[in-house]
Amino acid sequence: MIDALIVLVKIVLALTWFLLLTLLLTWVERKESAVVQDRIGANRAAVFGRRLFGLFQPFADAIKMLFKEDFTPTFSDRALHTLAPFLSFFFVAVTIAAVPFGDVIVIGGKRIPLQVADVSAGLLFVLAMLSLAVYGILLSGWASQNRLSLLGGLRGGAQLISYELALGLSLVGIVMVYPSLRLSEIVHFQGPNLFGFLPRWGVVLQPLGFVVFLVAVMAETKRVPFDLPEGESEIVGFFTEYSGLKWGMFMMTDFMEVIVASCLLTTLYFGGWQVPWLGAEGFQFPWGGTWLLPKWLVTVLQVASFNIKVAFFCWLQVLLRWTYPRFRYDQLMRFGWAWLLPLGVVNILLTAIILVL
Amino acid sequence: MKSWTAAVEIIKGGLITARHFVVNMWFHFWRFLGVRTKRPGAVTIQYPEVRRQLSPRHRSLHRLVLRPDGKPRCVACFLCVTVCPSECIFVEAAEDPDPEIQKYPAKFTIDLSRCCFCGFCVEACPEDAIRMDTGNLEFSGRNRAELQYPMEKLM
Repeated sequence: MIDALIVLVKIVLALTWFLLLTLLLTWVERKESAVVQDRIGANRAAVFGRRLFGLFQPFADAIKMLFKEDFTPTFSDRALHTLAPFLSFFFVAVTIAAVPFGDVIVIGGKRIPLQVADVSAGLLFVLAMLSLAVYGILLSGWASQNRLSLLGGLRGGAQLISYELALGLSLVGIVMVYPSLRLSEIVHFQGPNLFGFLPRWGVVLQPLGFVVFLVAVMAETKRVPFDLPEGESEIVGFFTEYSGLKWGMFMMTDFMEVIVASCLLTTLYFGGWQVPWLGAEGFQFPWGGTWLLPKWLVTVLQVASFNIKVAFFCWLQVLLRWTYPRFRYDQLMRFGWAWLLPLGVVNILLTAIILVL
Repeated sequence: MKSWTAAVEIIKGGLITARHFVVNMWFHFWRFLGVRTKRPGAVTIQYPEVRRQLSPRHRSLHRLVLRPDGKPRCVACFLCVTVCPSECIFVEAAEDPDPEIQKYPAKFTIDLSRCCFCGFCVEACPEDAIRMDTGNLEFSGRNRAELQYPMEKLM
């Protein structure tokens, strides 16, 4: 009973965190793109005359989307057309369940991992859910009964499957270095130091894998350098026939994928909730000093560290989105198959050789 | 080798946008705290609250210059009507009791929906009776009739 309650609370907290961060990310996207381009960005949405740097803009957008007409074309397959955005949304939303926000905390003798579900094959679970997100895209293109939407969906399917391989291959290196598929254990393995001072983070042990993973996961989020499935600026994409809240769900899924990608980058390559040199008792500096901290402060620091890293990667992905122009489709395919895939294999080979030596 | 230069350029591009972000945020931060910096964080002018300084030569809404007694200087010579490329000025002349002036405009209407703000009327006027120096750029109308500015609105 109490266990079920704890899980329920964790689900609610994780989803709230996720959705609030998604809303915030739409604001960050507007503002960061503006700052990068020497502009100011949306700052007019106000509540009671308070503008707060346009922080109300996401809510204004949400209200607008709620009240827009939800139009289903008569020629489309109604059931599948409605199902597609929900599929897309669902598979991204469940991914957050496997992400460890912090270490195990003990309250009243009960061990509570700060993670919704400590799945034994967490890495595979995340990969599977990211792959299943293809169905939302393909289905929306298919159910629209619009041949341009269908082409968009097919482009999306081809792109996601191509980059899925590079994604999986780059993660093989991680599994070789940290022999576990459980995300919480992968984070635990990143705790100790290399040569006594360098944290054993994934980016230190797998620099090439990190680059491959970063590019592949950015392709997976379908944002600008890789936004061929959608192509909002000129080509017709897979959710052309959607409007209102369903369109909003596709849009939200995009932002949620950015957050999931940031969570994965943090968990796998930047030590998750680990703070450099912070153990369960407190800081153990490589130059010999120790700084003992109470248990609750350590937990708070770890959760804060996770959030800061996720925020950094969200920032980085938005920055990259506003830097690069879109790939041409053949360039996209060549880059995925002729560069990322071999690089992933090379990464596995190098890791294996170094591990054996 | 071509791919390596491409990779270098990709990283350079990212650093350029990152530099813009950091530098602009630096200025935004100090401006937010009320510190005068050498430039603001963005080139944006927040239009309705802040207005750009217009050049003295800027051509905006027309103005009929008045004599000391409050009547327009215009003598209804029709030069502006003749020179106007958009044919948007309509003048109706009437006889002035003062023999020095001879004529004055009984009606002087500018159709702003047609005006192209070339300023030829200002240059053509021998009496310096029409100028475009009000600095007023906000004269919208809900229909065409609202944009027919009669003499009273131009003085």
